[in-house]
Amino acid sequence: MNMIFYIAAFVSIISTGLAITGKNAIHALLFLILSLLSISIIFYILGAPFIAALEVIIYAGAIMVLFIFVIMMLNVGLEKEMEKKWLRPRMWILPTILAAILLINFLIMLKTVHFEKTKEVVVLPKQVGISLFTTYLIGVEIAAILLLAGIIGAYHLGSQKKKVIHRFMEKN
Amino acid sequence: MVTLSIETQLLFAGILFVIGLAGLLVRRNIIFMLMSVEIMLNSAGLVFIIAGAHWLQPDGQVMFIFILAVAAAEVSVGLALILQMYHHYKTLDADTLNKLKDTQDEL
Repeated sequence: MNMIFYIAAFVSIISTGLAITGKNAIHALLFLILSLLSISIIFYILGAPFIAALEVIIYAGAIMVLFIFVIMMLNVGLEKEMEKKWLRPRMWILPTILAAILLINFLIMLKTVHFEKTKEVVVLPKQVGISLFTTYLIGVEIAAILLLAGIIGAYHLGSQKKKVIHRFMEKN
Repeated sequence: MVTLSIETQLLFAGILFVIGLAGLLVRRNIIFMLMSVEIMLNSAGLVFIIAGAHWLQPDGQVMFIFILAVAAAEVSVGLALILQMYHHYKTLDADTLNKLKDTQDEL
């Protein structure tokens, strides 16, 4: 099981790195889906099978398909030159060093804090559901309101405005 | 089940978060920036799952479900904003959005 964790973590880190450095948006998105699938394997072997299924269904299934729709609606082939200019080493070396410093900071913090060992067992979906709809019921309602606001916002922003000028008269 | 130490698992989540942060800082294409935000949210959820597996509580998984709802709402509104931005400016470069006044006629 430890070996599976290491393999999945390796695949996930490599494919996430490829996803954020890719030039083609669709290819980067496919790498991101690969990363999400390997993270879902890690969720499964950490004892959270329900979350592993949710990761595949919602993240890799729904959210990434939304991204693919938007990329297909936009014509993203025109951005290549600008992207090449931005991806020169002089541009990305400083943010990467800062992010690496943050990672080293996190490593030092992990070295200083000591966790006690516990025996790991599977947390079943039944326990999750009971906790979700009793202790965290107010959180569920807040999430429902947030999703409603998201729906209304996406509908309002996504709707095209009606043209008031005739298309022969508008200036280009 | 896995017998790794929690430090290794948290290190993995931290590496994912830092990759997402570096992507957010480096890229200027707004679709890639949104994808990096998704990576960071996902690694934050991974920390919740690791902690929930460590203390044998379902609370970590409940928090992951909330993070999932927030990520879904964020990405739908964000992609609608990207569509509006592309409609107005015909580009995905985030640096073109640095003007408060509407200068569409000059572009």
